[in-house]
Formats: sequence, structure tokens, C-alpha cells
Amino acid sequence: MDWQYFLEILFSGFTRGSIYALIALGYTMVYGIIELINFAHGEIYMIGAFTAFIVAGILGTMGFPVSAILIIAALVAVLWCVAYGYTLEKVAYKPLRGQSRLAPLISAIGMSIFLQNYVQLAQTAEFLRFPIRMPRIEFLSVFGGILRSSDFVILVTSAVIMTALSLFIRYTKLGKAMRATAQNRKMAMLLGIDADKIISLTFIIGSGLAALGGTLIATHTMQVGFGIGFMAGMKAFTAAVLGGIGSIPGAMLGGLVLGIAESLTTGYFSGDYEDVLAFALLALILIFRPSGILGKAKVQKV
Amino acid sequence: MFLTPKRIFRSVLISIWFMVLVFPIMGIRIVRRVPEYYLDRVLAVGVVIFFLSLLWAWYFEVYKERGETKGIFSKIGTTCSEFSQKITNEESIQRKIVLVTLLFFVAFPLFSSMYQTTIFSLAFLYVMLALGLNIVVGIAGQLVLGYAAFYAIGAYSYALINQFFGLGFWICLPIAGIITIFAGLLLAFPVLRLRGDYLAIVTLGFGEIVRLLLINWSSFTRGSQGISNIPRPGFFGIELSPAETTMYIYYLCLLAAILTIIIVARLKNSRIGLALQALREDEIAGEAMGIDLRKTKLAAFALGSCWAGFAGVLFAARNSYINPTSFTFMDSAMILSMVVLGGMGSIVGVTLAALVLAIMPEYLRAFSEYRMLIFGLLMVAMMIFRPQGIIPPAKRKYYPTALENAEKK
Repeated sequence: MDWQYFLEILFSGFTRGSIYALIALGYTMVYGIIELINFAHGEIYMIGAFTAFIVAGILGTMGFPVSAILIIAALVAVLWCVAYGYTLEKVAYKPLRGQSRLAPLISAIGMSIFLQNYVQLAQTAEFLRFPIRMPRIEFLSVFGGILRSSDFVILVTSAVIMTALSLFIRYTKLGKAMRATAQNRKMAMLLGIDADKIISLTFIIGSGLAALGGTLIATHTMQVGFGIGFMAGMKAFTAAVLGGIGSIPGAMLGGLVLGIAESLTTGYFSGDYEDVLAFALLALILIFRPSGILGKAKVQKV
Repeated sequence: MFLTPKRIFRSVLISIWFMVLVFPIMGIRIVRRVPEYYLDRVLAVGVVIFFLSLLWAWYFEVYKERGETKGIFSKIGTTCSEFSQKITNEESIQRKIVLVTLLFFVAFPLFSSMYQTTIFSLAFLYVMLALGLNIVVGIAGQLVLGYAAFYAIGAYSYALINQFFGLGFWICLPIAGIITIFAGLLLAFPVLRLRGDYLAIVTLGFGEIVRLLLINWSSFTRGSQGISNIPRPGFFGIELSPAETTMYIYYLCLLAAILTIIIVARLKNSRIGLALQALREDEIAGEAMGIDLRKTKLAAFALGSCWAGFAGVLFAARNSYINPTSFTFMDSAMILSMVVLGGMGSIVGVTLAALVLAIMPEYLRAFSEYRMLIFGLLMVAMMIFRPQGIIPPAKRKYYPTALENAEKK
């Protein structure tokens, strides 16, 4: 067995998995609080990648150092996507609260279609090359090319962000309020929690994470296109379900598991059926263990 | 007084917010590493948003307060639904309208060009698809997002059976129907237990799996190249000229669409249709009333998918060329938006919406580029302002005649 090849695949799986996990967190948090599959979440990720591309394109002509450009691009992407996520919730989901479950879902699908076409029409239907390459990180050469610098940056950034998020949810007052709203919104409101604000906050955090994921993936695959959100969103959703939807550690775990499973199939079998694997996995989990790895089974009450 | 300075100020703020929001995506394009700025587009968005936000405020703060029955929006809506109810109640008007429309469509290829005839035949296929999906989504309340998969399965069944066994259109039509029914059941069995949003996701996944298989299994399906030279349906063994063939296919599609309308309308009020509607309203109550949940849901999937199969066969025969790009998620979404805009469960509404949405982009060329953008926005707007659709389905009422008479007094 070729260990170097195996490790390479494993690390690329980790990289992919952490991106999936970043997006999956947005799905799982929104689902945990308002029980809605936010179909447009993948598009937020795509808009994040595009915004980073545009910022990097502008700064690239001005002669900034590469790492500064990347950091600024990521920050701008996160800022704008947070605004997108916030607006999305206010326009497309908030007026529908209290209606049947089908209504917000259809609205979410509509929004996803809208955002995809909006970017396609405003920008381009073609794939664009991301203008900036991740700078080489010297000490990684010890690993002999198994771990690329973009892999390393993605792994470290997502690990830091996810730890911070976990701590935020666990220890701060807002995090506590979020958990309370997820458990029982009415009761939380009775106890003086502004549920509307918490829902907005959830969308804001989720969109920020997705934008970060988008920026990171753009520097990794070196291309952006208007259609990347759909597949990534679907896979991240699979990851969220795999880990147990509504559970934050579940989303992280699910993302990693899915990423590694995909890398292994691509590495050892064929890349053609990589996407089929994700969907098949999703269907199987939903059918046999809808509560996922870490989720709790829900009993439907009459 | 609606236009207070405070409201205008708020709208200005909202429009500034949106201008900032769309600035990077709409205002800047990087062309060959050089940024180009399009501030006019951003300003246009700002102006549009300003008026829209005033409209939004008017709708939620003034109009909604006044109650549901007054105002333009619901007046248009109620006139529509009253009109449709009047039509459903009075058979003489109904007959006249149906007769006129039918005459128009029958005579249509005689006075229009070949190009228009082909567009209309595609529109009829969309009527079939939308009504088929209407069984599953509208009547049974099961949100299926991968409907184009069944369409694809129908089309590929005909194309592949024809390629490998040389069977003709008329034999393949029922075979493809049966194959799609099996595909529908194959999907339905595992998802019986899933509710609303999970079901939506799994069916979306199913649609994508089918499409990816069609692309990747190229030894069998020829991958993204697609299958060409699919024969057109035979006409009692007589050779037809291209113009005649177009016309012939037009009439076939028309006939198929009419059959679909009749059958789905009959189905809706049949025993099984009523059972489906009961399950849509409340599964648990429905089961308590003795409806077999399993059987009924399976029936819904089988019935819904079979129409897509027929439409797929007709599509393959009409185009004589198919490839996987005709069966993407966007196609599923377009069929779904027809059902949603027309009014979920309403046969008149869905038929109209399918015809309009399928034909409009062909005649408004400028519009066709923005088609999906507008569809997406319309889906959101419909859910917010009129979730029951343009022509909502008339609910069957069970009034004993005596009670009705008593009420009239």
C-alpha cells in the first residue's frame, strides 16, 4: 500500500470536509432554530466566493502583498454575505413565519434560483480563474508535498473558527439564548429572549461561515462560477444530516466524514461517481437513520 | 396618509442598504484582470428597491390592516377565483370556453408557422408535466423536487429501447410509462416515512443521481453526447413530410395534454384523490379515518411519475434528440413553479400557468434570459402574497341541500 498516496487523499478529504463542515453549520443552525432547510445557503457560499474573487481582482491590480489581499478578500466576503443572509431572512422567510411548512421551503427554493441567476446575469456564466495563489508556507515542505499550503490554511482556519463557534454557543449569553430558542421558541420568548433577533443572528453566523468557506475554496480550486453553490450546498446539507441535523458538533463531524469518504472514492475508484455517492449517502441516512450520527430521534406528537 | 416622511426615509435607507448589498456583484466585473465598474446598474437597483419597499410597507402596514377582503391584490385574486368557480358551477359557460379554446388549439397549426407549432407542442408537454407534478405536490402535498428525473427516464426509455430493440413509438409509450411508474415506486418505497423537507431533499438527490448516471454511464446512455436519430411516431405506416410531422406531433401533444387534464380532473375527485387530499391536510387524522397511508402515497408517486414518463417519450419523439442537459434541477424547478404559481391542486390554474410560462419566454426574447430569475422571484412573491396560487383550487363542500336552503333564507 502506498502510504504517501493514502495520506495525500486523506488530507484532501480533510480539506474538503472542513469546507463542507463550514457550510453545514449554517444549515444545521438554521434548521435547529426555525426547522427550515435554507436552500439558498449554498448560493450565499457562492456569493462569498464571487465577492472574494472581485475584491482580490481589484486589489491584485494595486500591488498589495498576497496574504493581505487574501485576508481582506475573506473579510469583505464575510461582511457582504452576512448582509445577504440577514436580508434573505427578512425578505423571504420572515413574512412566512407561521404558515404551512411548505411555504418557506418553496420560498427558499425560489430564492436559491433567483440568487444563482442574479449572479449569472450580473457577472458571467463561465468559470473564472481566481487571480491569487495561496503563498507557499515554508515549513510544510517537511511533509514532502502531501499537505499543500492551501490545504493547511483551510484546515487551520476552519479548526479555529469551529472551536470559536463552539465556545460562543457554549459559554456566551447569546449562545445560550440560541440554544434556548432552538429547544423551544415559545418558551424562550416567554423568558424574554427576542426570538427574531436570535433568528437573524443564526442567519448572520451561518452566512459568515459559508462566505469564509467560499473564499477558502476559491483559493484552493482556483476557480469560481455561478453554479458552484448548488452542489456544495447539497453536499453540506448531506453532511449536516449525516451528523444529525440541528447538532453543531454533528455538522462538523458529518462534514469531515463526507469529505474523507468522497476523497477515498475518488482516489481509489473513480471521480465520476463522487457526486452520486453524496446523494446516495444522503438518501440512505434519511431512510435508515434520519437522526444522523449525533442527533436525537424526534418523536412526532399528535 | 400613507406617504409620511418617516416611511419615505425608511425606504431611502432600505434602498441604500440594497445598493450596498448588490454593489460588488452588480457594480464590478473583472474582465481579464481589469475591474470594470457599472454604477448605473447599482443605481437602477436602488430606484427599483425604493418603490418596492414602499409597496412592501403599504402591503404589510396598510393593506393587511384593512382586512383580507378589500384592496386590489385580493380583488384580482377573488375575481379570478370567483370567475373560475362560476365556470366550474355553470356548465353552459364552461362548455363554451372549453369549446372555443379547443377550436383555437385545433386550428392553430393551420394558420401559424412551423416554429410556433413546435413551441406550442412543447407547451402541451409542460401542461402534462405540471399536471403530473400537481398530483404529487398539489393534491397529495408531497414536495418532490426531482420531477425532471421521471421525465428523463421516460425519454431515455423510449430512446434506448428503440436503439437496442428497434421498437417503435406506440409500443414504447406504454413500456416507458410502466418503467417510469416503477421508478416512481422505487423512489416512493424508501421515502414513505419522510416528511416535507426531508422528502424534498431526497427527491432532489434522486433527480441529481439520475442525471449524473445519464452523464457518467456513457457506455449505455452515450453520456453528455446524448442520443440522436430517435424516430418520430409512425402514422399508420404513411410517410409524412417534415411540415406534416410537426403538425402530427402537435396534435399528439395536444391530445395527450387534453387526456391528462381530463384524467387528472377525474382523479382529483375520485376516491383515491380524496384520500390524497385528506392525507395532505392531516396524515394522522387521515389514517385514523381508515386511509391506508402506504398504499395511497405509493399511488400518488406512481400516478405522478407516469405522466412525466409519457411526456418524456413525447419529448424524445418530438426532438428526435435528447441529452442530459434537458433534465436538470432547473427544469424540475420550472415545473414546480408552474404548479406553485397556478395554485397547488388547481387544475385550471396549473394548466394556465404551464401554458403561459412555457410560451412566454419564446415570444419575449428579452425576457427569456431573465426567465429563471423572474421565476425564482415569483415563487418567493407568491408564497408571501398569495400562497394559494393565482387560481386556487375550489374546495369541495359537503352541504346537505336542506341546510343550504336554510342558509339562503
